[in-house]
Amino acid sequence: MADPLATVRCDACPVMCNIRPGLTGACDRYANSAGELVRVDPLVLLESTLAQGGPLVAFQSEPDWDGRLVRGADTFVTAIGAGTTYPDYKPAPFIVSTEVDGVDMVTVVTEGVFSYCGVKVKIDTDRHLGAERALVRAQGEPVGHVTTGEYGSQMLSLGGVGHLTGGTKKEGRVTCETLLALSNAQAVELTIDDGATVIVQAGAAPIVNGVAETKMRVGCGSATIGIFAPQWLGKVDEVVVVDDHITGVLSEHQAGKLLDIPPTGIRMRGRRSTPGRYFQVAHPGTGWGGTDISDPLSILDPFDPKHARPGLRMLMVSTTGEHSAYYELDEALRPVARPFPSVLTDSVARISENCEPALCSVVFIGGAGGSLRAGVTDNPVRLTQSVSHGVTRLTCGGAPVYLWPGGGITFMVDVTRLPENAFGYVPTPALVAPIEFTMPLAQYAAMGGYMDHVRPAASLDPAAPHRRLSAAPDNPWPLTPLIAP
Amino acid sequence: MTGVRASSRLLPGAQPRLHLQDGPIDIILLADGEADAVDAAYRAASQSFAFILDELCAELPLLRAAAGPGRPWPGGPIARRMRAAVEPMARFGFITPMAAVAGAVAEEVLAAMLEEAPLLRAAVNNGGDIALHLAPGETIRIGMVAKPELGSVDLFGSLVIGHADGVRGLATSGRHGRSFSLGIADAVTVLGRTAAAADAAATVIANAVDLPGHPGIHRCPARALQPDSDLGDTTVTREVAALTAAEIDAALTRGLLRAEDLRAEGLIIGAALHLQGVTRTLANPAEGASPCLTSNCASAC
Repeated sequence: MADPLATVRCDACPVMCNIRPGLTGACDRYANSAGELVRVDPLVLLESTLAQGGPLVAFQSEPDWDGRLVRGADTFVTAIGAGTTYPDYKPAPFIVSTEVDGVDMVTVVTEGVFSYCGVKVKIDTDRHLGAERALVRAQGEPVGHVTTGEYGSQMLSLGGVGHLTGGTKKEGRVTCETLLALSNAQAVELTIDDGATVIVQAGAAPIVNGVAETKMRVGCGSATIGIFAPQWLGKVDEVVVVDDHITGVLSEHQAGKLLDIPPTGIRMRGRRSTPGRYFQVAHPGTGWGGTDISDPLSILDPFDPKHARPGLRMLMVSTTGEHSAYYELDEALRPVARPFPSVLTDSVARISENCEPALCSVVFIGGAGGSLRAGVTDNPVRLTQSVSHGVTRLTCGGAPVYLWPGGGITFMVDVTRLPENAFGYVPTPALVAPIEFTMPLAQYAAMGGYMDHVRPAASLDPAAPHRRLSAAPDNPWPLTPLIAP
Repeated sequence: MTGVRASSRLLPGAQPRLHLQDGPIDIILLADGEADAVDAAYRAASQSFAFILDELCAELPLLRAAAGPGRPWPGGPIARRMRAAVEPMARFGFITPMAAVAGAVAEEVLAAMLEEAPLLRAAVNNGGDIALHLAPGETIRIGMVAKPELGSVDLFGSLVIGHADGVRGLATSGRHGRSFSLGIADAVTVLGRTAAAADAAATVIANAVDLPGHPGIHRCPARALQPDSDLGDTTVTREVAALTAAEIDAALTRGLLRAEDLRAEGLIIGAALHLQGVTRTLANPAEGASPCLTSNCASAC
């Protein structure tokens, strides 16, 4: 037990204030509450909106509303600002019961401290950011790596226990700061070994080597041929869609064959995979279609005179429509750049139009199956089982989570679905994420919950510092029971 | 690009503003000019901001020590700006460079923006201490809060500052902010040539608004409230009982005398002093609660 009269030293920032009991530090954000350092950020209450179908209690329908903090089931107490308890076996700071459609619901809210956590970052760009397994650095420190690419986006895997606690002290601190900023949807500059420098912010376009990305590619080069082949028919003899992964060639591609497009004698560099589909036509880079080239002719070998003829018309275009050029073969069968014909303008614009806006998405991933469960119940495995059986709803700052199958409580959450600045950190280093477990009261009793700590939500002190927010309309209302009672 | 502890976000609006926060520093800033220039300026502000708190904290013990002739100078550019601003104030009593920290930080961020992009106007508001940039012919309107002690946002007037006024800094000090005051003023607002100079001057003028020995004023050593306070064992004001009109006048007059001295030396351009609902300004002390700080802004108000 802390000495309630002791001055505490705050290490949230380098000012390192010594704070007397009952007073705040220089920032007014941290305070000494009876010898304990606490964050005085207000508790965040979410209020349901009509769109969520949550039970609504309108202000007007309660003329005798008595100023309670929580009126009823239309208010959800999130764990943001709830604080945490240490050691873990103490009951969570708020165990709140709310009646929802006649069922007593319990929400156990706590700010969980996660040493085992990270973020997965999806960066919508076909530009080469770095090789798979290359180290990703922030402020020069390794914080993660480039991971497998599953679609036309680049994926980074950052954080995790190895970088948080397994490296040097500085590596752990920088990793923690990076995860915190990304989770709170702030911009972070990352550099990839032998790769690009990219500024990543959840919900914003990535900035690769100082250039803001605007569009995701419509598909790989082969897919682009497959989508647009009929629109080129009769307007041009050959189309090459330049792509770092799979470059497509119209006349050789199945899509072109089916349209009876004749061979053109084109000869591609790179490795032919299947007809009209080429791998490795150039090196990865930030030029045409995620390659390192600025002159698309550099990926062609001389035309084969058996099929080629003077005057043959050829379009070369990237997978976003960002780059395009038009050529005709001269008497020596060499492609010569010509003014871009207006009949092709639409098809290039169509490629561009079909590209979705390039965004960064950040998904926080953490394991809540550890000791924080002891703040919920004296028999933690029952909580794990209740969550995996879909009886207890796990939310993160009121936002829905994806639960990984298998053991433990490993969850992922899209950070843009949480209220702003919902994540914090402790210098351990570890991230502090808001966690709420919501379940029917009877289930809570059955799992060995701290029944003597349950208090009706309506009894929370209205004078407690708090912030009311409208719940994000596309998040399901957390108090709705997952299963019929 | 900000460091990761520092946060930087754009506040939406017709004219977007930038919010920068790191530890105890909270800045709202506005730049006005070509869209590209504003964008570049905001980037530069975020970039420079990321390192400010660390730079200051590296020299914190020296910045919390008394300034004055013969005392050692800090090395960092912001720290030296703080020290230079408080140097002429040392003759009024104990003062440390921390008295100018907010203004000096605001100036640093402003300078970083202007180095990057040409702007018509810019205002960097660091918790009420504001550094200004005005291109020739430009003006800026600054709202003034009626009752700072209530934390309200009722404006009792606004102040228009023009390029030709020479005012590039504006600061408010008093006993209700985060830092302590030796005096009893609710707020002293100072117009100066730089934000750091205005900040230091507001501190010493607010300290001068006082009624020494008055039984209705409760004071205690700064250290008892904040163990790290640069004011150490100096007594700071905690509570002030309701004062009579004569007492208010006497206290404000002490502050005005000090403000007059500072203006005579060219250290400030204007000042407004507030105590328990009474406002006196440097230029027109007889006028009472005028919203204008100086005679040269009277026409604009």
